[in-house]
Amino acid sequence: MANRSLAARLYSGQVSYDFVGRRKLWYLLSGVIVLVAIFGLGTKGLNLGLDFKGGSQFQVKTNASVADGRAAARDAGIEDAVVTKVGTDKLQWRTTTLESSEIASVTATLANTFKVAEAEVATETVGPTWGKEITSKATQGLVVFLILVSLFLSLYFQWQMALAAIFALAHDLVITVGIYALSGFEVTPATVIGVLTILGFSLYDTVVVFDKVRENTAGITKSSKMTYSEAANLALNQTLVRSINTSIIAVLPVASILVIGVGFLGAGTLKDLALALFVGTLAGTYSSIFVATPFLAQIRERNPQMRALAKRVAARRAADDGREPGLETDLPTDSGTTIPVRQVGERAQPKRNIPRSKR
Amino acid sequence: MASPSSAYRPGRVLTYFTLLMVFLAGWTFLGGVSVFSKDGWKDIGAHSTPKLGLDLRGGTQIILTPKATTGAPVSAENVKQAVEIIRQRVNAFGVAEAEVQVQGTGTSSTIIVSIPGKANSAVVDAVKSTAKLNFRPVLQEAAPLEFKPKDPKSTEEVHGIFPPIMSATNDAAFKAKFDQLDCTSKGALVGGVPDDPKLYIATCDKESRQRLILAPSRVEGTNIADASAGVDSQSNAIYQVFLDFDATGRTQFAAVTTELAKKTGVENRMAIVLDGLVVSSPSVNEAIIGGKAQITGNFTLQEAQNLASVLKYGALPVSLDVASQSQLSPTLGNDQLKGGLLAGIIGLIVVVGYLLVYYRALGVIAFASLVVAAIMTYFSIVILGQQIGLALTLAGVAGLVVAIGITADSFVVYFERLRDEVREGKGLRGAATSGWVRARRTILVADGVSLLAAVVLYFLSVGSVRGFAFTLGLTTVLDVFVAFAFTRPLVELAVRNKWFQSGGKLTGLDAAHLGISNRAATPALQES
Repeated sequence: MANRSLAARLYSGQVSYDFVGRRKLWYLLSGVIVLVAIFGLGTKGLNLGLDFKGGSQFQVKTNASVADGRAAARDAGIEDAVVTKVGTDKLQWRTTTLESSEIASVTATLANTFKVAEAEVATETVGPTWGKEITSKATQGLVVFLILVSLFLSLYFQWQMALAAIFALAHDLVITVGIYALSGFEVTPATVIGVLTILGFSLYDTVVVFDKVRENTAGITKSSKMTYSEAANLALNQTLVRSINTSIIAVLPVASILVIGVGFLGAGTLKDLALALFVGTLAGTYSSIFVATPFLAQIRERNPQMRALAKRVAARRAADDGREPGLETDLPTDSGTTIPVRQVGERAQPKRNIPRSKR
Repeated sequence: MASPSSAYRPGRVLTYFTLLMVFLAGWTFLGGVSVFSKDGWKDIGAHSTPKLGLDLRGGTQIILTPKATTGAPVSAENVKQAVEIIRQRVNAFGVAEAEVQVQGTGTSSTIIVSIPGKANSAVVDAVKSTAKLNFRPVLQEAAPLEFKPKDPKSTEEVHGIFPPIMSATNDAAFKAKFDQLDCTSKGALVGGVPDDPKLYIATCDKESRQRLILAPSRVEGTNIADASAGVDSQSNAIYQVFLDFDATGRTQFAAVTTELAKKTGVENRMAIVLDGLVVSSPSVNEAIIGGKAQITGNFTLQEAQNLASVLKYGALPVSLDVASQSQLSPTLGNDQLKGGLLAGIIGLIVVVGYLLVYYRALGVIAFASLVVAAIMTYFSIVILGQQIGLALTLAGVAGLVVAIGITADSFVVYFERLRDEVREGKGLRGAATSGWVRARRTILVADGVSLLAAVVLYFLSVGSVRGFAFTLGLTTVLDVFVAFAFTRPLVELAVRNKWFQSGGKLTGLDAAHLGISNRAATPALQES
């Protein structure tokens, strides 16, 4: 089975993919997705929930139909209410912002109609300015977080790594928001929290890869064995199994919340959180492999020292190839590759003491 | 500080860890242990289950945003005063476990009122209305009536009419009610019911418990420009409260003091009424024309400051907007809780399943670590619920489920590092140690970023959603702890085991799966 053998090869570390070298392809792919997301955001906009728009909402656990719900709305004096079925066993009414006396009378009518206690009628009323307030809080949170993370990463790694990580983060955010716009999923405070959490997730993944990149590139300019891009790509491959495992493990619980939230409970905190996390985690995994590291390699390669290193490596390879041509690769050579990358899997791993003569 | 494996004693670390878990378990489950808190000594361990948030147990939640009514921005002091007033009002309804919290600071602060149980629109209305302070001439005063159960052992409460009693006229019916006014029994003086300034009221003095009949309001608290406590400039010894009125207040205050100064006895006094209760009723010595009044009395500094702060309530330059008001159904909340727990169990099972398939015996260690982390999280949430009133909301439950992935990832980082080390030709015992030294840094940095995100989310989110950030942060910290104090020593112990060292297929460390076949003597069989 093809799947099985690929998994086994990844597991054993015998396969090495050229992520960094093919960055133009990934950039193109990401660029298209990001453009679609921005297009969706620009044309369709976000479907904002009650907390952002203001209004009153009622929920009752009942198996009654939407038509019954409409009749009840007429009785309760909220003819303009939008009635929807939520989950498998709930009805929901949404209308303009009501006063507390009106809320009490609607609650009483609904409780009476559907034979439940008044305390069982869930109501939510949101004033018109609340949305602006939570939006500004979320924006504030985003800015504070980005500043702190940039500082943290710049101190721990290098500023280039901070830049690349933030770049990947922006990529994930735009994609997630775009998916919300295109799909018309409702945006609630829980969604916002979910999206902000993605920031943490996406970075977490990137940090683990970058930690390995840093390890592989420490003192790299002192030798002529490999270029920065190659070392970064090696780090990616070495952490690939972990990246995939991490993502699977992170997505599994999120998916189980999503299934329960959408399948049984309908709209609510669980679904809203899980959906944002689900989309964001997948985007985060993609970006830490295909966007963050290639982008990092690209900006690091602009450094004169790294350019000099690339030249030395090329010169040395040319000399080596003159003696022993024909390097085997696990992947077909990509003509679009701008930097020569040797895809020799684990043989390119550092600290392996292979006698020089065997190379 | 890469400690050599000989110096590292996994058994000892595990022993300490076990002791800590036993301690936490005891703290969580055992009753009869008392701790000193702000409410005096209280039993802990009374609730060995997490405290649930309103969205899971049902109740009313009101989110209020303070808005400046004057040009000046909302200060932390204003918000504190507003919260104090709201707390008093909620307590006035005798709702158990009601909570008033502030999130954020200054202009961006929000006040969250959580009232568990059945909805009560009167409570909601009381919370929403602003504090009412007014000045009323005293008409009549009487000693407090005693309301006590006939049988002293009875817990049944006997009481009269709680203040304030309001009436449009000072007539016989009003007087009859005044004779039933209760200023002594428990619950009589919680206050919090705003009085209508246009009506006569019968109410109590909070301190002396005297019963008073008061005329309609003559000056409203909103006309107070400032109030402060200080010492008398002449005697330099007596504490006083200084009052300053605005233009309207100055005129009104001049009129009423001119009237009262001419009277004698009880009718010479003017009551300061806050939310229906008398906080002070000083005599009027002379007409106060300039708008600057002093209240003298047998005050301590503390009393003078308290009165000044009460008077400032009337000048509170904020109004409270109801940003959101929700009535949460206990049934729907229970459904959501069940859903969240079910999602957690399913999530745990699939993650553990994946870890077992992938990491085999190491997966068992990961499984044990996850379970230990889950138990520790449970204890922490129960203890935090007891100690600081942390309530688990639905978003918090979601945070816990999501945290399964983050926690498990620390083990993945360690195991992958361990396997890298073995791949590079290290022996299993050496690999366990050097792999840890390398993984440790990655785990700390990655969890550091997660924690940073959680902290930022916590401080910038509002309401029940905040619980998500809290549990995410909590589990991140516990994850680091479990990885250091449980997973690592367990792996160290395991790799000393002969079976593990044999590198059998089930260990998850066999040559074929690590891809070290080209180095090993026998080329391993590719599984396909």
